[in-house]
This record gives sequence, structure tokens and C-alpha cells, in this order.
Amino acid sequence: MSDTHNRSVAFVRTTEAPSLPPPSNAAGPFKWLKDNLFATPANSLLTIIAILVIYAVVTGTFPWMFNGVWNSSSLAGCREVLDGTTGACFAVLVERWNQLLFGFQYPTELYWRPGLAFVLLFVAAAPVLFFDLPRKLLIFTAVYPFLAFWLIWGGSITAPLLAMAGVAAGYFFYQRFVASSFALGFFGAIVVALLVWKIGGAILPGSEIAEGAMRSVPSRDLGGFLLNMMFGVTCVSLSLPLGIALALGRQSSMPLIKFICVIFIEFIRGVPLITLLFVANVMLGYFFPPGSGVDLFLRVVIMITMFSAAYIAEVIRGGLAALPKGQYEAADSLGLDYAQAMRLIILPQALKISIPGIVNVAVGLFKDTTLVSVISMFDLIGMIRGPILASTEWSGVYWELFGFAAVLFFVVCYGISQYSQWLERRLATDHR
Amino acid sequence: MTSITDPQQGSFRLSMLINDTRYRSYTFQAIAFVVLALCIGFVVNNLFTNLAAQGLDISFDFLGVPAGYDINQRLIEYTSQSTNLRATMVGILNTLLVAVLACATATVFGVLAGVLRLSNNWLVSKLMAFYVEIFRNIPVLIWILIIYGIMTISLPGARPYLGENPDREMLFGMFAFTNRGVNAPAPVFDPLGWVVLAIFVLSVVGMFLYRRYAKQLLYKTGRLLPMGWPSVLIVFVPAILAFFVLGQPITLDIPDTMANRFNIKGGFQIGAPLIAIWFALSIYTGAFIAENVRAGIQAVSKGQTEAAAALGIRPGRIMSLVVLPQALRVIIPPLISNYLNITKNSSLAILVGYADVTATLGGITLNQTGRAIECVLLLMLFYLVISLLISGLINIYNNAIKLKER
Repeated sequence: MSDTHNRSVAFVRTTEAPSLPPPSNAAGPFKWLKDNLFATPANSLLTIIAILVIYAVVTGTFPWMFNGVWNSSSLAGCREVLDGTTGACFAVLVERWNQLLFGFQYPTELYWRPGLAFVLLFVAAAPVLFFDLPRKLLIFTAVYPFLAFWLIWGGSITAPLLAMAGVAAGYFFYQRFVASSFALGFFGAIVVALLVWKIGGAILPGSEIAEGAMRSVPSRDLGGFLLNMMFGVTCVSLSLPLGIALALGRQSSMPLIKFICVIFIEFIRGVPLITLLFVANVMLGYFFPPGSGVDLFLRVVIMITMFSAAYIAEVIRGGLAALPKGQYEAADSLGLDYAQAMRLIILPQALKISIPGIVNVAVGLFKDTTLVSVISMFDLIGMIRGPILASTEWSGVYWELFGFAAVLFFVVCYGISQYSQWLERRLATDHR
Repeated sequence: MTSITDPQQGSFRLSMLINDTRYRSYTFQAIAFVVLALCIGFVVNNLFTNLAAQGLDISFDFLGVPAGYDINQRLIEYTSQSTNLRATMVGILNTLLVAVLACATATVFGVLAGVLRLSNNWLVSKLMAFYVEIFRNIPVLIWILIIYGIMTISLPGARPYLGENPDREMLFGMFAFTNRGVNAPAPVFDPLGWVVLAIFVLSVVGMFLYRRYAKQLLYKTGRLLPMGWPSVLIVFVPAILAFFVLGQPITLDIPDTMANRFNIKGGFQIGAPLIAIWFALSIYTGAFIAENVRAGIQAVSKGQTEAAAALGIRPGRIMSLVVLPQALRVIIPPLISNYLNITKNSSLAILVGYADVTATLGGITLNQTGRAIECVLLLMLFYLVISLLISGLINIYNNAIKLKER
């Protein structure tokens, strides 16, 4: 073959030529810039506007942030250190750190108690949030509410122990009888728990302790970010079962049950949370028997729980409706009764579909816990607006404090939503 | 052969109430009814016992009593001698005002951010993602307080604008931004001015009629009339002509900085609380709307765009005729529920002292009269009516756009 070439043309390349590098505008950073930032004139204009916006924000905040004063005892002290230059007065965060977290009335020497409860929260939440952890940890999760109650409010340990005993008795009753009948197991468990509490409450002495490491702290002394966390965690965990019940009730074929659930859900969803907090503040007290003395914290927990239960119910109803009808029919054809079908077939799948929605509600609810500052409770915002901004040392330190609150809420809420996205990927069992 | 055995007829036994599915639901409902009735009875009984113990009663007479407090920002006539009912009406109108304003601007922010987030421009889409995440994850209450802070702390008082040689010039010589709010020029209508306004409204109607006529002509005969420039012409030319022919009957009342030494006079003042709550709600809810818009546009499958392009439709028309109608089906229901959220969140106006219905009826009136139960009930009733109206709207819309399956 090569002979023919030798005769017909003067030169034939026998090896492959090395490929040239691509033109500088077709690869590398220039291509990326061209494609992503300057594709069209309009696009370039947008890029320039965006850069200007970023420049304005950065030059506006960075000197203020990085020139901040961290050590001072008052705003005047900050101004002295800054000496006319721009700078934040972050000293307020250092000096009032404990107040921001725990409120201004919680006994100073007892800060370790809510602190410990906060750390243990992660231990308790871990096995619920991550399924790979050993299941034995769930025992701690079950104990945690009582432990946290004892740590935060203090008092004698008999009260949380009694509460735990009631729940445990109910649980064992449920385990024993659920196989024969769900209704018997469930309602029986409630009755058993109530009995244990009633009897125990009559036998055991009062749980107030006046001094010592575990002395009682009344609810009105709670405050700061602790209060937001407590409302958020308590109300979301309480509203989940209530929301499931409401969602099932709304899907029920019994008209009366359905009617009650629809009225409840639509009523709660139709009014702003702030009016419900007004109810907790000024109205709910009238609905309890005279002299029962339900304190404001509990009243607020009741109202927020009802509020988030209505929203969670709507999310779960969406999950129930999204399940293919075949699942319901399959459960029926296996001969499962309503409780079994729901417990074993329908709810596990419906709840899985609802997880993103439930997390959205949880995040929204956690943000809404700041509203309690309107009914003059001293949560994080209440602390900032009330005792700190009103004090002579720090009146006028506005941006640092609200910036801190914003960062705190952002970290928590963004973290939760990232977790939810991870969970969604993790639970995706459909093969795509 | 198998034979189906009928369930035993007749002989009704008590155990069938639990065991027979035909009767069980009645049993459960009866139990539920009794429990509910007992609960309500218990609660109502407690209520009246407690009220009697404190010597209170339930009465709505306080609505007719003079309120005795002033409201700065108001849309209707009101003095401190007006009744509590009148104060409530002022509050309701203020709530509706801020809700409508915030809905409009939130939509603008949301659509802009949602569309830009899908832009090919890396920087812009990242910036918009940043905006959405920041605003969605921080409580609206903090945003309201921060923006109120910007309004009242960072802006100067009225003083620098005043006098012969002011330290600060008004923007365009018309707008003054002070810590009390924004002073803007107010239009003043002579009697003839109303004629101009009427002509303008009529020309807008005429524009829509023209477009409808052009569309019908297109569908009937295939002849395409120009739509763009005639619409602009129809809307603006008659009004502008009338304005000059009638001798410029509409003038602007520009805020006057010379009137006295203490404050800016004249013009149209929008208070700082209103601006704070309006802006905070729109930028916060805008982040949520942006996500809806993005989801809606992404929900239209690429095949639709490609199919339209294959039919030879121009890009602009693909957007308006193929993509948008389908995207809107996904966008509008959550958009309306975001409007509902704005209306409910506007109750936070009480924080910055904007006199909405929560601040008048649920705040000052409640505290002055001590009629807690009545005030809170009325307040809830108002919000309930609003949200039922809005969810009714969602249902009507959903039914109207439902895919018609034949």
C-alpha cells in the first residue's frame, strides 16, 4: 500500500499529528466565564449588576463586622475603642451571652442544667434522625423528655419518675393487648397511665425543692433561646401524633368524625398564630377549672401544638392521598382491620412521602416560636427587645443583636432543611 | 359447589354494635359525640364559673363606646371620640391595605427571583439562591424588626431636609426619606382632573376591547392585526391629550420643606411602620414565591418547549402560549396560599406600632376595655372570614383550570 503513496504524492505523514490545545475561548476558565457570565449582552449586564450588588453589600458590612469590638462593658466603651471608625459592638453578645441563651431570670449557678439538657437533646434525637445508629439508643430517647423536664425545671426526681412510670405502664399494657385489639391496647394504655399518675400523685409528696443543685425553677423564669428551643421541640413532637390522628380523622368515612376534624383544621389554619397566642395569654385560663393554675408556658404549648398539628395534618393528608389506591385495597384483601392496615401498610408509606412537608412545618413552627415575644414572654427576641435594648449599657446596639438572632435561627433552620433533603434521598426507594 | 352464606338476619344483639362493621361506625360516632359534648360542656361550664367568680360577663357593648385613643395611619375618618367599632374598622382597612400592597410587591420580588434563579448566569442564579435561603430561614419577625430598624435608626430625621440650605436634598426634589416615613408628592385633582382620570380608565378598557377584537379576527379570518403599539397608543394618547386640552387639571402636591422649622408639610406621608411591615412581608414572602415560580417553570417538561419549537412557534410565543399557561397551573394555587400567609402575617404589624386590626381591636381596645374574650373572638372571626374567602378563591381557580378530561 505504501508504495502507491510513494509514487503518487511527495510526502505522506506516517504518524498522527499531536492535537493542538483548544482555543483559549473554547476551554478553561475563559470558556466558563463566557458561558456562565457573559453569554449574551443582557447576561453580561446582569452579571455586572450582580457584582455591583455584591460589592455594595460587602463594602457595607465587612468593615463593620471585622472591625468589631468584642471586649467592652457598654456601648460607650465600644465607641471609645472604635474611636470614630466603623465597627460593630459585639461585646454585647459576650457580656449578655447567658441572658440571650437562658433569659434573665434563670438562676445563674444553674445554667449547667439547661445546657446539659440541650447537649443531651442531640444524643436523644440522633437515633430518631439517623437510622444507622444502634437501636438501643432509642431507650435514651424515650427517657429524655422526663430527664429534660427534670433538668430544666428541677424539683424532686419523683415527679418525672412517676410520669415515666405511667408512660411505661401504659406502654407495657399496649404491647400486651395490641395483638388482640388495637382499640383495647391503645385506650387501655391511656387509662392505665392515667391511673398510675392519679394514684402516684396522691401518694407521693409535693415535688418542690427550695434550694440545692436541683432546686425548682418556675416556668416564668425560663427565657432566651432556650425558650424557643423548648417550644419548638416540644410542640413539634406533641403535634406529630395529634396531626396523624387529625389527618386520619379527616379521611374517615364517619361523617361526624370527619366534620369535627375539618372544622378544627380549617379553623386553626384560618387564623394567625398571634391570635392563638392571645387566646393562650388572656382567654385559655378561663377554660380550665377554677384554681387549676395552668401556667402561661403550658397554655402557650397547648396553643402552638394545636396550631402545628393542624398544619401537619394537612401535610399527612396529602401523603395519604398520594398513596396509590392499590395499597389500601391490598391491605383490605389481606384481611387487616383498619388499625392494622393503617399501622402496618398505609402510615409508614404516607409518612415517608410527607417527610419534606413535615420538616417544612417544623421549620416554620420553630421560626414562629419568636412570636411569643408579642405576648411578653422573654424568648430570644423578647430578651433583645426587652431587658437588653432597654438597659442603660446597651441601648442602641441594634444590628449586632438582631444579626445574632438571625444567624442563630438561620443555622438551625438551614440545618434542618438540609437534613430533610438528605433524608429524602436516603428514603427514596423508587428506582430511577 | 360453594354457597355464600348470608349474614344472619334479624336478631340484633348488643355485641354487634362493636363487632359488626355495619353498626360499628355508628357506635364510634356516638361515643365521639358524647365525648365532644362532655368536653365542650366542661369547658363552657369552667368559662362561666370563672367569669362569675371574677364578676365578668360576655357583652359586646364596648364596641359602641368611644375608643379614646388616636390612630395616625388611617384610611377613613377617625378621632379619639369615635367608637371602638370605628377603630376596628380602621384597623381592618389598614390590615387589608398592607396585605394588598405586600401581595403585589411580594409577587414582583418572587417572580423576579424565581426566574433569575433559573437564569444561565451562574452569579445571578447563585445570588438568588442565597436570597431565597437567607430569607426563608430567618423568622419574619426578625426581618420586620430589622427593616423597621433601618427605617427608624439609619434614616435621618426631618431636620436635615428643612430650611433654605438643607443638608440633604429630596430625591428628584419630591421624595424625602426620614425616620418618620417617606414623604411623596400627592396628586391633587381639580374637578376636570377626574374627567382625565375617567378618560384614562375608559382607554384601558378600550385597549382590552381592541385586543379581544384583534384576537377574534385572528381566529376567524387568520388576519393578524398589530397588538403592541396600538395598545400603548390607545391607553396613553387620549389621556395625555385630555390632560393638556383641559389645561393640566391634575397637579402634584410636593412635600414642602419651607413650611415650618420642625417637619415636612404637605404631600403624601407613608409612615415608617407601614413601610417596614410592607417591605418585610414582601421580601420574606417573595422568597417563598420565588421557590413556587421556579418549581412551576421546572414542572413544564422540556418536551413541551421542544414540541412547540418543532411546530415553528417563535420563542416569545412559546413562553406565552405553551410554557406559561402550564406553569401557572402549578404556580397559582401556592401563590394564593402565600397571599393568605401575608394576610395572616400582617398581624405582626403590632410589633412596629402599625395600627392594623390586631393592634387596634386585639391590642389597645382589648387592654382598655378588658374585654379579652370578646376582642379575641372578633379578631379570629375576621381572619377566619378572610382566609375562607381566599381558600374559596383557590377552589374556584382550581376548578377552572382543572384538566378537562373527556
